Amino acid sequence: MNSSVLDDFLSEIGELYRFMLRFFREGFKPRYEFAEFFRQCFNIGNKTLPLVAITGLIMGLVITIQSQPSLQAFGAESWLPSVVAVSLVREIVPVITALICAGKIGSSIGAELGSMKVTEQIDAMEVSGTNPFKYLVVTRVFAAILMIPLLIVLSDTIALYGAFLGVNMKQVVSFHLFSNQVFESLSFGDVLPSIIKAFFFGFAIGIIGCFKGFSTTNGTQGVGRAANSSVVTSIFVVFIIDLMAAQIADILSIL
Amino acid sequence: MTSKSQFKDPPVIQIKGLKKSFGGSHVLRNFDLELHQGENLVVLGKSGSGKSVLIKCLIGLLTPDAGSIKVYGDEVPELSHDALDKLRVKVGFLFQSNALYDSMTVRENLEFPLRRHWIKTTKESVNELVRHALSNVGLVDTIDKMPAELSGGMRKRIALARTLILKPNIILYDEPTTGLDPITSREISNLMLEIQQKYNTSSIIISHDMSCVKITSNRIVMLIDGVCYATGTYAELSQSTDIKVKQFFD
Repeated sequence: MNSSVLDDFLSEIGELYRFMLRFFREGFKPRYEFAEFFRQCFNIGNKTLPLVAITGLIMGLVITIQSQPSLQAFGAESWLPSVVAVSLVREIVPVITALICAGKIGSSIGAELGSMKVTEQIDAMEVSGTNPFKYLVVTRVFAAILMIPLLIVLSDTIALYGAFLGVNMKQVVSFHLFSNQVFESLSFGDVLPSIIKAFFFGFAIGIIGCFKGFSTTNGTQGVGRAANSSVVTSIFVVFIIDLMAAQIADILSIL
Repeated sequence: MTSKSQFKDPPVIQIKGLKKSFGGSHVLRNFDLELHQGENLVVLGKSGSGKSVLIKCLIGLLTPDAGSIKVYGDEVPELSHDALDKLRVKVGFLFQSNALYDSMTVRENLEFPLRRHWIKTTKESVNELVRHALSNVGLVDTIDKMPAELSGGMRKRIALARTLILKPNIILYDEPTTGLDPITSREISNLMLEIQQKYNTSSIIISHDMSCVKITSNRIVMLIDGVCYATGTYAELSQSTDIKVKQFFD
């Protein structure tokens, strides 16, 4: 890595840090943009819901189908619902759903704000007496923080139903028995870290999308770059958060 | 070259010794300007000469490096965010790219500044104001259309209606006719003149479209090399023998 690339990288980290500080400074002060916040919640939830639901179902099915032969080899086929449920809820569903949201929501926020920046819409907003940071950034980040965990919980539920279908492809297990096995194996320590990290995923995806959009330059070419960079950076940060969450949960012995 | 102003009232905008640079590039070096009530002042200069930077400093979108910018006696760079917002109600800004919110309809675009300033909170009165602003620019029929469905000239008119809806005393026009055909350009120029006469607004018009300059200007300030190089009426400056001034009028 030559020095100018390193300089650019470090200065971008600095800019992002300042952007995050501004979010915490302005995010909790009035005037609260509730209408825009609910509109963004609807946008994020509504646009991502079908994709997350289908992916959740497929994840549940595939993990069950893939795990069945291995467990069968050890004569532990009856553990299938428990094993699949724990792996889905703890790790697979939160991370895959966050990656889908990084692609869908991150790119959409990056492109929308980037396009508003290059067409002077953000300046126009400021001139009309609106704080564009509060109106555009704070609302989108809070909407992502709220909606991404909800999408992950929903995806967990659908993935578990997918696992039930997967189990029933080779044997007959009632839904009652399947859910009993699932909820016996899942503990508070499996669900809580997954929910907590989902909030961080939401924050990371929201703030990176907004940061990339807000710092867009160079016209339409810059808008494309902002959308692309939002996705790539969000995905990278999702993995970093996941790694940190695993380490912290391990230290606290709740995983 | 200078020309004595015909206006006797104190200026509504007064800029003194304005300096602004980006990196090593000095855009505004020591720029002075005065705008009087009811006056249409054109700032004329080459592309990249700092005309847009000047009006963005004026409205607080950019912070100058040095100098004084007074709007109705308020020193703009020293105003708090709230005070700046209050001042911005009195100063309308028409962006070069129109800056219409493309995710909103024409109606929502016009309602936006009203809602932000808590003006006319009942639905009927907001609707009435929106329709009145649109009728000023002759585009009431477009009220429920999206900006993408409109032509360049129509978008410019809608942007102008959005600027007018807060009834500003001062309007800043950033290259209002750029990218428009000569007929639409003339229509927009005439509309600007009509607005000045109807509402007695003061305007700073950034332009290098000489037909627009001729129609709209009461006075022209030439921004060359970051300073106010010359000032006068269109008739006065068009007679100038100064080579830097003459090249705009040839």
